[in-house]
Amino acid sequence: MDMMVSRWIDVGALEDIPRRGARVVKTPAGCIAVFRTEADEVFALDDRCPHKGGPLSQGIVHGRSVTCPLHNWVIDLATGQAKAPDEGRVATVPLRSEGGRLLLDLARMASRAA
Amino acid sequence: MSATHQYHGSGRSGPERLVVIGNGMAAGRMVEELVTKSPGLYDITIFGAEPRVNYDRIMLSPVLSGEKEYDEIIIHDDAWYTTHGVTLLKGRMVTAIDRTAKKLTCEDGFELDYDKLLIATGSSPFVIPVPGAELPEVLTYRDQGDVEKMLTAAAKGGSAVVIGGGLLGLEAAAGLRARGMEVTVLHLMPTLMERQLDPSAGYLLERAVEARDIRVITRANTHEIVAKDGHVSAVRLDDGREIPADLVVMAAGIRPNAWLAKEAGLAVNRGVLVDDGMATDDPDIFAIGECVEHRGVCYGLVAPLYEMAKVLARRLMGDAEAAYNGMAISTKLKVTGIDLFSAGDFAEGEGREEIVLRDPARNVYRRLILEDNRIVGIVLYGDTGDSAWFFQLLKDGSDIAELRDTLIFGPAYAGGSPLDPTAAVAALPDEAEICGCNGVCKGTIVAAISEGGHNSLDAVRAHTKASGSCGTCTGLVEQLLELTLGDGYERDAVQPICGCSELGHDEVRRLIVAQELKSLPAVMQELGWKTSCGCAKCRPALNYYLLATWPGEYEDDYQSRFINERVHANIQKDGTYSVVPRMWGGLTSPDELRAIADVADKFNIPTVKVTGGQRIDLLGVKKEDLPAVWADLNAAGMVSGHAYGKSLRTVKTCVGTDWCRFGTQDSTGLGVELEKFLWGSWTPHKVKLAVSGCPRNCAEATCKDFGVICVDSGYELHFAGAAGMHVKGTEVLCTVASEEEVLEYCGALIQLYREQARYLERIYKWAARVGVDTVREQVVEDHDKRKRLYARFVFSQKFSQSDPWAERVQGRDAHEFKPLAQVSLEDVA
Repeated sequence: MDMMVSRWIDVGALEDIPRRGARVVKTPAGCIAVFRTEADEVFALDDRCPHKGGPLSQGIVHGRSVTCPLHNWVIDLATGQAKAPDEGRVATVPLRSEGGRLLLDLARMASRAA
Repeated sequence: MSATHQYHGSGRSGPERLVVIGNGMAAGRMVEELVTKSPGLYDITIFGAEPRVNYDRIMLSPVLSGEKEYDEIIIHDDAWYTTHGVTLLKGRMVTAIDRTAKKLTCEDGFELDYDKLLIATGSSPFVIPVPGAELPEVLTYRDQGDVEKMLTAAAKGGSAVVIGGGLLGLEAAAGLRARGMEVTVLHLMPTLMERQLDPSAGYLLERAVEARDIRVITRANTHEIVAKDGHVSAVRLDDGREIPADLVVMAAGIRPNAWLAKEAGLAVNRGVLVDDGMATDDPDIFAIGECVEHRGVCYGLVAPLYEMAKVLARRLMGDAEAAYNGMAISTKLKVTGIDLFSAGDFAEGEGREEIVLRDPARNVYRRLILEDNRIVGIVLYGDTGDSAWFFQLLKDGSDIAELRDTLIFGPAYAGGSPLDPTAAVAALPDEAEICGCNGVCKGTIVAAISEGGHNSLDAVRAHTKASGSCGTCTGLVEQLLELTLGDGYERDAVQPICGCSELGHDEVRRLIVAQELKSLPAVMQELGWKTSCGCAKCRPALNYYLLATWPGEYEDDYQSRFINERVHANIQKDGTYSVVPRMWGGLTSPDELRAIADVADKFNIPTVKVTGGQRIDLLGVKKEDLPAVWADLNAAGMVSGHAYGKSLRTVKTCVGTDWCRFGTQDSTGLGVELEKFLWGSWTPHKVKLAVSGCPRNCAEATCKDFGVICVDSGYELHFAGAAGMHVKGTEVLCTVASEEEVLEYCGALIQLYREQARYLERIYKWAARVGVDTVREQVVEDHDKRKRLYARFVFSQKFSQSDPWAERVQGRDAHEFKPLAQVSLEDVA
């Protein structure tokens, strides 16, 4: 059975990420892109576009979306869903913000590594 | 017998003694509730640090500006305290609480016992610890004493600098300006009141503040307050700018004033920790107001403080159920003539949607943030008449699904159906003014259409001038065309810049110039953008237009640039980057080549390739290695080749008269000169040049954006060639005699392109659209225009020629090249 225990890891502060920008968290199971919107919301997604694997962290952030730098797919940051007409989805990573610190749940990585 | 002993006995009977430390608005409201609802229940003594009664601090701004007197803002006068049997000890500062003995001690040694204690010590202004902060003319803005000091300073005239562009800072600035001082507001963030307002409303606010002759400097980091003979003379910023000042007001925020509670050993975090009944961790000690922290929140606005006061009063009267549950708060700025309102949470969020209404002509901006069909955030600027209605919907958590279509228009439209826009125009009388700039009324426009036979927007605009200036009535004029011509009218099929706007690129460019729009929020507000922060299509275009239109004034918006221009390298399919140093005119040297070879070895760069533009490409560089790679290349004298930019790429050359037996001119030297002149400029799309030393054209100058063919008599200038998806030979511009003229004509042509082309339009496409002849007319035949274009290009180059690689080696945008965190397996195991 695929029971996963949460593994909340502190990856940095909100201020470390520019507004309308992103930073990367490197893990042995691949990179995770952590986005900060104009309105100071934060989201974490796998740093791979569902199209050709482009690094989403390098895209332009607008509203609650990011445009992939390789071929301009637009990905919804909250759901990981590509916007029509493109189809595809990128995995989201649970993220919690506590007192200005950002925590990622990397349970998935632990189970992958196990 | 002194007052001391009167209260200082033991074993006394009668009502319990309630002692209140602090005589601000929260404490005042609590005591008022208590003595009006349960008179005589407690023997109440209040300590006030200020030598005053309880007054309305919120109204200090009108006192500062002269719209009110101090007497008018008093809440409880001396008689009130006497009437209600409350002892007020003014100007008495409590310095210690002895919880075991249940006794207070004052600065002057005065002591007093308590049965129940209320701490309402409020907050203290935060003074930025910069050199000079201790000077006598540096004030804070907190109480009537501060206002009196400001008024004394203002009476002497001179200049004031207010540090902090939040609510208090702006009110202080407006007050000091009203008192005749020259006022500058310094604000650390890019927009004013960024905690309460989004950037669009912040932009409108900044404009309104500036319209009152108050100078606003954003992104201003105070470095030092400069003194002369022991008095304030100026404020110096981090970037070296100095603003003259006779008075400095620090309005950079407040901190809960909790030291007394902390020294008494009570639980204190940012503020004094209280439960829902406003009790501290000592059951006989309570706290309310700005000094407390309730469920992790410290409040600085009056509504929640009054709510706390009511809850505590009920508790003290024996109602164990009374509880403060936190509350939604709203903000209004109290500067006459500036209307803004914000409430709730206006961050975008999962499952959240926004409704935006902008009316540029009336400076109105409204934004509602919805979640699950409920309003969770409100930002109103310019017309706040409906704020109470919206705020009630927010507080009640009302379901607005039924109202949604017309919600943003306010209660007047609630539940009604949206008007057909054409019907609204149809209903206007003939004398109704459509174009405010040129004073054109509806009847004139309709006559021009029906009688004058002008059946397009351009024709009506040319004939009547309607919509010819600011352009905001364009939509109305089009509606009149539709109304008058019926199906016979088809709107000009202008391709909008993107889904965020109805306007095309040309219209946006025209309006940026006409309305002197100088920031992204300005463009989005004034041109009625339908989103609050644009998209990946419009933002880079607008950023370019602003940069090209306002050199030296507009600050580049780095997050609106495509990744290549953000990190100054080309992203590759695997997420690595390629690095191309500049080789002026295609020339290199053994030292440069050695440095490139060393870099390739040192950083394990997998591919080294010669490009089509006569330089060398290092492919497969890891992003985090970029600054170190650049540092090594810089050390060998090489700079960025901008191979990634919508900017000058290369100037390809042949060897010319230096070596070639056919060469007619020094084509290599001219190429180097052109490249040194043009590099760094941002353009709508990439720009490639070539200079050939003779008509054999070895540098292939006739398929470039701008090409030069050297001939015996001088230089044949070419433009609008392409050799990409489309292959197109150049058009001949003209022939000139000297190298100076080559630079002048080339600079003028590129400037014309920078000013007229649409973003991502190459020179050949732009020339085809506007007409090759019109380009020749403006650059060749119109000598004055050419010289003006050239001068504007030279001016803008002053701000663009600094090596972006060297800047990043120095540490700029360092976050871009480092991961946020690196997590290992051990971390999650």
